[in-house]
Amino acid sequence: MKEIILIKNGELALKGLNRSSFESTLAKNIKRRLQSLGKFKVIRSQSTITVEPFDESFDMEEAEDRISRIFGIAGYERAAAVEKDMEVILKTTPVYLSEALKNASTFKVEAKRADKTFPLKSPEICCDVGEAVLNAFPHIRVDVKNPDLTIVIEIRENAAYIHGDQKKGAGGMPVGTGGKAALLISGGIDSPVAGWMMAKRGVVLNAVHFASPPFTSPMSEMKVHDLLAKVAKYSGTIKLMTVPFTEIQENIRDKCPEELFTLIMRRYMMRISNILAEKEGCEAIVTGESVGQVASQTLTAMMSTDSVSRLPVLRPLVGMDKNEIVVLSRKIDTFDISIRPFEDCCTVFTPKHPRLHPKADEIEKAELSLDSDALISRAVEGVKQELITF
Amino acid sequence: MECYLDNSATTKPCKAAVDAEISALTELYGNPSSLHQKGVDAYMLLEKSRSTIAASLKADAGEIYFTPCGTVSNNTAIFGAVGAKKRLGKKIVTTALEHPSVEKCMERLEENGFEVVRIQPQSDGNTSLSDFENAIDENTILVSVMAVNNEVGSVMPVENLKKIIKSKNSPALLHVDDVQGYMKIPLYPKNCGIDLMSVSAHKVHGPKGVGALYINKNVRINPYILGGGQESNMCSGTQGMPAIAGFAAAVESGGSVEKNLKYTAELNLRLRERIKEIPGVHINSPENALPYIINISIDEIPSQVSVNFFSMNGVYISAGSACSKGHRSDVLQNMGLSPDRIDSAIRISLSNDTKKEEIDCCAEVIKSAAEKLRKHKG
Repeated sequence: MKEIILIKNGELALKGLNRSSFESTLAKNIKRRLQSLGKFKVIRSQSTITVEPFDESFDMEEAEDRISRIFGIAGYERAAAVEKDMEVILKTTPVYLSEALKNASTFKVEAKRADKTFPLKSPEICCDVGEAVLNAFPHIRVDVKNPDLTIVIEIRENAAYIHGDQKKGAGGMPVGTGGKAALLISGGIDSPVAGWMMAKRGVVLNAVHFASPPFTSPMSEMKVHDLLAKVAKYSGTIKLMTVPFTEIQENIRDKCPEELFTLIMRRYMMRISNILAEKEGCEAIVTGESVGQVASQTLTAMMSTDSVSRLPVLRPLVGMDKNEIVVLSRKIDTFDISIRPFEDCCTVFTPKHPRLHPKADEIEKAELSLDSDALISRAVEGVKQELITF
Repeated sequence: MECYLDNSATTKPCKAAVDAEISALTELYGNPSSLHQKGVDAYMLLEKSRSTIAASLKADAGEIYFTPCGTVSNNTAIFGAVGAKKRLGKKIVTTALEHPSVEKCMERLEENGFEVVRIQPQSDGNTSLSDFENAIDENTILVSVMAVNNEVGSVMPVENLKKIIKSKNSPALLHVDDVQGYMKIPLYPKNCGIDLMSVSAHKVHGPKGVGALYINKNVRINPYILGGGQESNMCSGTQGMPAIAGFAAAVESGGSVEKNLKYTAELNLRLRERIKEIPGVHINSPENALPYIINISIDEIPSQVSVNFFSMNGVYISAGSACSKGHRSDVLQNMGLSPDRIDSAIRISLSNDTKKEEIDCCAEVIKSAAEKLRKHKG
């Protein structure tokens, strides 16, 4: 018996003329993600993508886990691919699905007969398979309305597929169909979640991190690596750009009013991110901000940072509560990394009383005391690039 | 210049230790419990190493039990002693300054119904004998006190505790966690009635992965790690021979405790004098602390920032205590230091190999940290 994975497209099916290119992006993403697991082929037909390993060494458990994180997939299931012979089907079904059958108390059988030359009609297939299952598992009953387990027998062109219930996929759109954006990542709870949400909508992620040694430690850069590696399990490879930020922060500390530190710092982050994002062909900046979470995340402050950004600033978490964000960060397994206790650039030089509603002219005046162009170009020159893979 | 001044976290293994470890890995690799010649060779190395450690503590070889580390020594001593004495009382006396490998055991014992009294330090980090006198009574079955505090270097009055235990008619065993004091202060268990004493190799230029527990030969405690019965059943598990051999070699080449102490006292004084000249830097260690450890705070600079800054300048120190990243030090809190002082605390720890030039280099870095890293202007 050969085992395969059947993958159902998500929203893709709705996308009219773009569908084919979306599907081919999804198939490519699947190939790339499973590459290291062994030899296999990916077959596209109608709204199903089939992953067919060449041999037994292919790690199906790991493949299933990876597929569960690929965006653009509505559902997936592992299936047994057998000869189109009723005797083989009847023998294989109770054995292949024995684990699921043991845990279910009711079941039904569905047959999909794509190959109309198959001698038995769908209801006949259902009847025979049902009988074989009942013989093998005396504890189980048939319930066609509300079964614990639905057994599906698909008679295809080349083989018959046997599988149980479909598992829910990650949903969203295939990464690569939604353009490219630069994610500002500090090491906190929010930014990895924001990145994950954009990847879910098909956006390829680049990441920008600001490091201020000695005020931030090498451990906080490690933390950003670890966070992005978790996000990359969903988004695919992420290019990380680490910006040396100490000089700018020290200049702000020495020359600007304390209550404006955070906001001015964020404006510099935004200016530098824009330069890096445009170089990489990104079409937007993504941040993990949510209104009112901290003093630098008021609407006034967002307006002030947006005013120095040429690219649109996307804030997928803007209307979420902290605990809603935490739920997502646990789901994508970044929470425990985010709470590792290292200083990040946002907590360096935190003013005692930050201004909630700073005036635009005040900020611009304060920034005049800084040699902006030189500071920014030195920071951009010092950027360190690396690829983070899952 | 690279200055390794984090010797209370761990020390650089000395050459003798490395050589001994390699020889035990490549030639004497037998299991000391095996009956063939390879096993016998390993057994002889094991027993020779045991005698070396025993001699360093002025104890008998039969009183030394090898363990995988100081933490296992402490756990074995505490749970073993309580297991053996639990019928005689429910009270344990310790201090609020202990290492987590003692403190967490105490928390577990409290959950199991024992009363734990923690002697609070005075504001200079020292503890007072009269507090122990008031705490120890007939119901006390264990007194567990560290010889030297790992964060500030305060030296505890462990030499006087047995007298108190006896005068109170207490059945208590006396356990001393000597991980930070071993080979640094002249403390010998038999001279002052210590029943159980924990030591570790990697704090004295030996390898990581081995410690020892001294158990006085007249004392019986229950085994805590169960298994094949190695170490006379006190610490089952195949002995880590390479590390044990390295441990013994390090101890053998450690030199005289008194002479080393005198040398580090000079270094310590040199550093303290330099620090006193720098505005905004405070010394948290008591005046009479073990000279190997000096805990300071640099006003307004978070500990982690100092550690990074020092590291960038080639000076390796630790933030508070290396075992408690991100957690505000209980020891410093118990000493009554202000939160600002605690959050900016760093620990500089010396070894017998530390050079005067390293002390001067460290002082320079402290000075430049105090000048350059201030969080706010002015």
